[in-house]
Amino acid sequence: MTPDISKIRRDFPILDQKVNGKPLIYFDNAATSQRPTQVIERVDEFSLRTNANIHRATHYLANKTTEAFEESRETVRQFINAAEAAEVIFTHGTTESINLVAFSFGEAFVKAGDEIIVTEMEHHANIVPWQMMCERRGAILKVLPFNDNGELQIELLDNLITDKTRILAVAHVSNTLGTINPIREIILKAHLKNVPVLIDGAQGAPHFKIDVQALGCDFYAFSGHKIYGPTGIGALYGKRKWLDKMPPFMGGGEMIDSVTFAKTTYNKLPYKFEAGTPNYVGAIGFAAAIKYIQSQDNQTLAAYEHDLLTVATEKLKQIEGLRIYGEATLKAGVICFNIEGIHPFDLGTLLDQMGIAVRTGRMCADPVMDHYGVENMVRASFAFYNTFDEIEAFYKALIRLKTMF
Amino acid sequence: MTIDEIQQEIVEEFSGFEDWMDKYAYLIEIGNEMAPIDAKYKIESNLIRGCQSRVWLHQEFTDGRIIFEAESDALIVKGLVALLLRIYSGRTPHEILSSEPRFIDEIGLRQHLSPTRSNGLLAMVKQMKLYALAYEKISSKK
Repeated sequence: MTPDISKIRRDFPILDQKVNGKPLIYFDNAATSQRPTQVIERVDEFSLRTNANIHRATHYLANKTTEAFEESRETVRQFINAAEAAEVIFTHGTTESINLVAFSFGEAFVKAGDEIIVTEMEHHANIVPWQMMCERRGAILKVLPFNDNGELQIELLDNLITDKTRILAVAHVSNTLGTINPIREIILKAHLKNVPVLIDGAQGAPHFKIDVQALGCDFYAFSGHKIYGPTGIGALYGKRKWLDKMPPFMGGGEMIDSVTFAKTTYNKLPYKFEAGTPNYVGAIGFAAAIKYIQSQDNQTLAAYEHDLLTVATEKLKQIEGLRIYGEATLKAGVICFNIEGIHPFDLGTLLDQMGIAVRTGRMCADPVMDHYGVENMVRASFAFYNTFDEIEAFYKALIRLKTMF
Repeated sequence: MTIDEIQQEIVEEFSGFEDWMDKYAYLIEIGNEMAPIDAKYKIESNLIRGCQSRVWLHQEFTDGRIIFEAESDALIVKGLVALLLRIYSGRTPHEILSSEPRFIDEIGLRQHLSPTRSNGLLAMVKQMKLYALAYEKISSKK
């Protein structure tokens, strides 16, 4: 079945504009996706009529806001099928979610000489927090490599996990290679040796139906702004058995049970990890984005997104001198590439002149750049509101730009 | 010619282009034709890091004038670097300090010198001015 993309595009008014005199083609969805009117209006309506701080007062607006905030948590719970809403912690986004686990899990469970496993294809947000934790705790960071196709070398995992491994962190989908990692298999292997697993779902949540209970993951981190919601809001899912034993990440209001100068006791989950006034406006927009996604025919859209990737890959491969980085069998709508003899910055600058938005640079993934021995890459990433016509225009633009060099 | 006269000359060269593509094609051509920086100067200490493109800048101070050599790994940036050298290299510190690269604005490429563009160009202009300031101070002490 073909989805009605022109109908979907009407929900995203930002797409209907000209950039440098050309119709905007937005292929930077892996950086941030656009928001539908339904999200923008929900946030506006809330700001216009409801706003008040949560969990703190008895007045009408405070109660309404608290309800909306907790309903948003329930919406997120449902979206990822967490066992209980208390296992859903609101954060600024994936980065904060991972930092929270790296800090609090590290404090509770990691000691000198212990080992942490990440993979070679991680975004810096899933490397640096673990390095910081290793420095604090005297632990050692170990890395699971990927092959030139962009697939993790899972066969090495059994040897990499030792009795000193305390946690393993891996991306659901690589932001650079587009690889859909076999996280179910990784989780099973890790759990066989009692090692918990954190999934960086920043690029996974936009593409798949997530079921944290079926996956069995111990933590799943993702962001609102990559699933058609606002920036500055995200979620951390964590199994209660871990969260209960982890100390708070930040101290402040809301996260406490009682405070005296002699001793402070902490609030229950999830509030223990939500110090200060949370981004409740963001949370409400986040929930609106989830409801928007749930109102669509997800299977059809997922198939359509996959077709976009297939067609774009076939087209780009026709361009002489173009190399795609990451050709895993299982891939999501992300294509990183370079054209021989053309600097990505030049290509991005010229594409921008043609109204085409792509990402250029190092993709916050230096180790991936090093793997392929390049300084930079160009990335085109798709969402369900992109079209085959846009891919054709992109292809033609690249052909035209090639003649300039 | 003064810095201002050369800037005017560049503006006139670019005024003939109606299409943005021609303008960029010309920049790429200038970038391609530019003499590469001497390999011994393409070193870490001469590197101005943009996030996305890199610029190397080397200078020598002789007879009261600063001679700049520079290069970038991105061609459009390299073309702009060539234009900046055309106006600033071989000038006295005073000339460099008292002139802004306004031509970039006038040829419609201002966005490349914006602080939000991480291409190293703005940092290069700042670095050239810093050298000029340093040499001006040294000269005045003599």
